[in-house]
Amino acid sequence: MPVKGLVEHITRALVDEPESVQVREVAGERSSIIEIAVAPSDIGKVIGKRGRIIHAIRTVAKASAAKQDKRVEVEVLE
Amino acid sequence: MESIVRHGRTVQEAVQNAVEDLGVTREDVRVEVLDEGSRGFLGIIGQQEARVRVAVDRDKVRFAGEFLRGMLLHITEAVEVEVSEDEQFIYCQIDGADLGLVIGRHGATLNAMQYLVNVAAGRSSSDRRTVIVDAGDYRKRRRETLEQLGRRMAERAVSTGRQVRLEPMPPHERKIIHTALQNDSRVTTHSEGKDPQRYVNITPQTD
Repeated sequence: MPVKGLVEHITRALVDEPESVQVREVAGERSSIIEIAVAPSDIGKVIGKRGRIIHAIRTVAKASAAKQDKRVEVEVLE
Repeated sequence: MESIVRHGRTVQEAVQNAVEDLGVTREDVRVEVLDEGSRGFLGIIGQQEARVRVAVDRDKVRFAGEFLRGMLLHITEAVEVEVSEDEQFIYCQIDGADLGLVIGRHGATLNAMQYLVNVAAGRSSSDRRTVIVDAGDYRKRRRETLEQLGRRMAERAVSTGRQVRLEPMPPHERKIIHTALQNDSRVTTHSEGKDPQRYVNITPQTD
């Protein structure tokens, strides 16, 4: 599904260790959850100050999901 | 910015080693020669390896375009991106069908993509220019809307004698409001709150 690829594309460009990036999708009928796992030292780079970066990732992910009439949640694993 | 030091028989070879280890292309690095190296006498005596420090420094114009196209690919296939630049800014212009989806409510998707492009590109480039992402003539229309909104709310502040608080907006949109009202001596404007919930307050002047 494109949303997973999208989140992967963005996350890899933000971190110091792109090879440690793992994105998993837990798909449901109408909605799905995207889980991002990165190196511990990179977590802050995906979340950002006051969550600004993860907020932007969620906004873009929602646009991608909307195209397929789906809902999506994006979470960063800590 | 990420940098590494590598050796080689020649400067060229040392750079090649570094570029391979960084996993980038030759165009995306900045090289500092630490030691030119020397072939020595007859290639035997006094031979010394070249040493270079190589830092990732991506071409921001190219990176911005590629990164944005990569994002859009997962959202819709019906759009194209054209990249241009001047001294202050790098412009990514999106055109095609499906622009509503790319723009989002009040430009939310467009602004989120613009923010992510700037964060990602800023990490790996010494180029300090801001990247502006636009779709169709959205930013021009939005500017007009915001200028009108600002003037209308200034009128309200003056006629009611009370402060008017606008909805939260990203920095570049707040700036449009401040600029539109800076010559209106009847009101002052200032921003309050923290991003992404920061908003503009329009205050009537009580002389």
